[in-house]
Amino acid sequence: MDKPLKKNPLSLQLDPNLFQPATEEEKAQQIVTRESVSFMRDAMRRLRRNKISMACVVILVLMTLAAFVLPSFYPYTYAQQDVTAQYLAPMQYSQKELAKISQGISVFPHLMGTDSLGRDYACRVIYGTRISLLAGIVSAFIVVVIGIIYGAISGYFGGKVDMIMMRIVDVIYSLPDVLIVILLSVALKDAISASKNLFIMQVGAGLISIFIVFGLLYWVGMARQVRGQILSIKEQEYVLASKSIGASPARIIRKHMIPNCVSVIIITAAMQIPSAIFTESFLSFLGLGVSVPMPSLGSLASDARSGLVSYPYLLIWPALSIFLIVLSFNLLGNGLRDAFDPKLRS
Amino acid sequence: MNLLEVKDLHTSFFTPSGVVKAVDGVSFNLSKGTVLGIVGESGSGKSVTAYSILQILTHPGRIVSGSIKLEGKELVGASEEEMRRIRGNKIGIIFQDPMTSLNPVFTVGNQLMEAILLHTNRNHSEAYARAIEMLNLVGINEPDKRMKQYAYELSGGMRQRVMIAMALACEPDILIADEPTTALDVTIQAQILELMMDLQKKMGMAIIMITHDLGVIANMCDEVIVMYAGKVAERGTARQIFYNPRHEYTKGLLNSIPNIDSDGKERLIPIAGTPIDMLNMPAGCAFAPRCGQAMKACLKQHPEEVWVAKDHLSACWVNVREGLKNDAIETGEGGKIVRIDTDKGEKHE
Amino acid sequence: MNDNAKRPLVDVRDLKQYFPISTGFFQKKPLKAVDGVSFEIQKGETLGLVGESGCGKTTVGRSLLHLYTPTSGEVYFDGVKVEEKTLPQFRRRAQLVFQDPYSSLNPRMTVGDIVAEPLDVHKLYSSKKERDEKINSLLHMVGLSSEQATRYAHEFSGGQRQRIGIARSLASNPEFIVCDEPVSALDVSIQAQIINMLEDLQKKLGLAYLFIAHDLAVVKHISNRIAVMYLGKMVELASSSELHRHPLHPYTISLLSAVPIPDPDRSRASRRIVLKGDIPSPLNVPSGCPFRTRCNRATAICAEKCPEFLEVEPGHFAACHNI
Repeated sequence: MDKPLKKNPLSLQLDPNLFQPATEEEKAQQIVTRESVSFMRDAMRRLRRNKISMACVVILVLMTLAAFVLPSFYPYTYAQQDVTAQYLAPMQYSQKELAKISQGISVFPHLMGTDSLGRDYACRVIYGTRISLLAGIVSAFIVVVIGIIYGAISGYFGGKVDMIMMRIVDVIYSLPDVLIVILLSVALKDAISASKNLFIMQVGAGLISIFIVFGLLYWVGMARQVRGQILSIKEQEYVLASKSIGASPARIIRKHMIPNCVSVIIITAAMQIPSAIFTESFLSFLGLGVSVPMPSLGSLASDARSGLVSYPYLLIWPALSIFLIVLSFNLLGNGLRDAFDPKLRS
Repeated sequence: MNLLEVKDLHTSFFTPSGVVKAVDGVSFNLSKGTVLGIVGESGSGKSVTAYSILQILTHPGRIVSGSIKLEGKELVGASEEEMRRIRGNKIGIIFQDPMTSLNPVFTVGNQLMEAILLHTNRNHSEAYARAIEMLNLVGINEPDKRMKQYAYELSGGMRQRVMIAMALACEPDILIADEPTTALDVTIQAQILELMMDLQKKMGMAIIMITHDLGVIANMCDEVIVMYAGKVAERGTARQIFYNPRHEYTKGLLNSIPNIDSDGKERLIPIAGTPIDMLNMPAGCAFAPRCGQAMKACLKQHPEEVWVAKDHLSACWVNVREGLKNDAIETGEGGKIVRIDTDKGEKHE
Repeated sequence: MNDNAKRPLVDVRDLKQYFPISTGFFQKKPLKAVDGVSFEIQKGETLGLVGESGCGKTTVGRSLLHLYTPTSGEVYFDGVKVEEKTLPQFRRRAQLVFQDPYSSLNPRMTVGDIVAEPLDVHKLYSSKKERDEKINSLLHMVGLSSEQATRYAHEFSGGQRQRIGIARSLASNPEFIVCDEPVSALDVSIQAQIINMLEDLQKKLGLAYLFIAHDLAVVKHISNRIAVMYLGKMVELASSSELHRHPLHPYTISLLSAVPIPDPDRSRASRRIVLKGDIPSPLNVPSGCPFRTRCNRATAICAEKCPEFLEVEPGHFAACHNI
């Protein structure tokens, strides 16, 4: 028995129609679902909001483009010597060039001046940047691959395997790396120079020995990070769930563990690059890196030592370049770490 | 005069993703010696209400408006100095996880005596004696030995007893218990609840018991507030809430919990849908999307709190609908509903 | 044959699971998480397993599934002993549902991939289309929609995530599921939804459950029989109704009386047997009967000899010297 709702004359704001049941669609409209977003996209969005990181990305992209694309279009080459144009200050012209200009021939200015052999410095710095970036990225790649595999195996199997593997890492860590790097560079350089392999000759003994040294020594940081991450993931219940389904260890590592390490890997790799560039720079500075006439930022800095007081710009340009690359990668690494940090995810 | 009067309290959290209205207009009174239960699920705002009273909200939460009066004195807007005199002294609080509430680097005795020394003018040895007295009171054996122990050396139940001893050391008028037994085993929970009831009788303090466990509420509380999405859904005595619920959420909760005494395998009647997303609150009654009795009014406007019996308050349009049907609505000035006699219609059926 | 009809689906015999814990330099003490537990589960039946911290109920579930290698004892599944070579088959037919819906789903995988993992591991489909169809039907079975297959776990509420976990456990068409506290981490209003769903799935698919929980009311509701554990030992086993009407073991009696009833009058009227003292640590299990330190019936023999788990009444087992 459903009596019709009496309209109470005093409660004007109550419309009896309001007391009809609400339909399912009306109820569903009230619920707003937030848009779907994967972890990676969420992290990238956070990264994009970080202005400093975005600035670093821009700087690095520009520098990379300049380093790899510009030399093809540049009017000078890094080996082109001109004894009449020695030690020109930035934007200064030599006598010969001034004469040419007065004749109406356009001469591209030396944006960064010239060095002791009259080589255009801007070109050498740009080329040096290319070498440094290459060294950094290839070294980082080697480190990443070896580090991930080593860390994943150590972390996954745990127990004695982990203990032995980590003791090896500890030993490598405690070696005086600078000393070893220098010794290895010296030893390898002679061995590599003797090789007739075209690829090796092109890249240069110096760079190859740097890569080898990195492959032997510098992966330990990444291995530790990955191992640590794997250890914590191992305790997660979704790994146990996978085991209870019957998944093999290979599948668990591949599908569950590595994808969850991606943030750690990216961050560590981003921090690895500047360290590699720095190492290459100081090796070249010591004369153990690339060989003449190929410039690297370190070797340029080294050459600038003589005549430093009179021609300071010879040191400033390569130093500035190193500084920008290393700083940008470091800040970008920080930004990536913040972007991937799940605690910040609201 | 009521011991504690909360009027139209609004507490919000200002997060980067938006404003969360954790407490959205809550009012209630607490009289001396009463045990009040606040029941609700995650997101209901029950804990935030308690933290607002003591003003121990974590950033980015803060009280936006409303009044909290302790023995007539206004606490909202009080200085930090004044609040410190009240915390531990007039109002004590115990938390859910005793492991994280006790400082691991100090002994139990040290922490017990800290509160006593802070709020009373006993000297060191008097405070020590009082601490021993408290440990005895909460049923901890070998109190001398316990005073020298650290938190990790005690079991969960013991730690919670120590928390209770700390909270009651200065004989507060009100004890707030925020899910005190949720992390404990059932038999230990029984011990702790029995202890709390004993102490309440002995010391005569009022208790605000915050929990999601309706069994605990039925066992301990004189009055009950049911909260949903930051608002009071229903308020009344324990018998009223359990035997005569007047809000669809309360009814849903009572129907959905399995009763250990029931013999047959009657199917549980769950509440449909999922808990609300506090960042995307629907217009109208927050419970409407999940309510089997939802009406168009529910989606449009949040129902006001209305008295449905003596000391029994509810905020639900279903009461208004039934009241209109049975002509049991009493209105006041401006056409505002003052009372609905919900028993009226039942007699006729 | 009669044997076949009565042969239990799950037959656990004297299961022991000890974990070596280092208590000092070069010293190792065994943590006896499960200390000789035997029970059977019939096809389509729900056996509830209750107990408090340190009783070993979660370990029983995982040892049974051989997620830990049992220290000793045997598990027979459908008459076949579970060991290294029969493990792959076993893994397909016996599954586990976890307590924590937040950590049991891989945050980097889509819901569809999570649910389909058993299908991928055991290669239970022949084409991508078939895989997608199976994913959709699994999602529907647990009350979710097919569009949600491309979403990520963190976008769902606790109750929905638990549904995803349950869908995953159903993917390989198992006959037996160990439910390890499946509703403890959920809000009260959602618990009933999941419990009803588990019951419906059981009826529909003929599943057997080992339902591990600490909430006695929930366990009583869903179980046919209930086993009570204390510090690694099973102390009582009986049908749900029998256990509540006529509990024999003193621990069961106090456990039942400790549960607060959501009914003010009955709650205050009922006499509660409050146990004294704390639950001992599983590293220091009392000699003889582990419950004797808190038992009001303890006598001299209780400290010397651990009581045997005997059938005191038909279908009703208990381990106590003083029943």
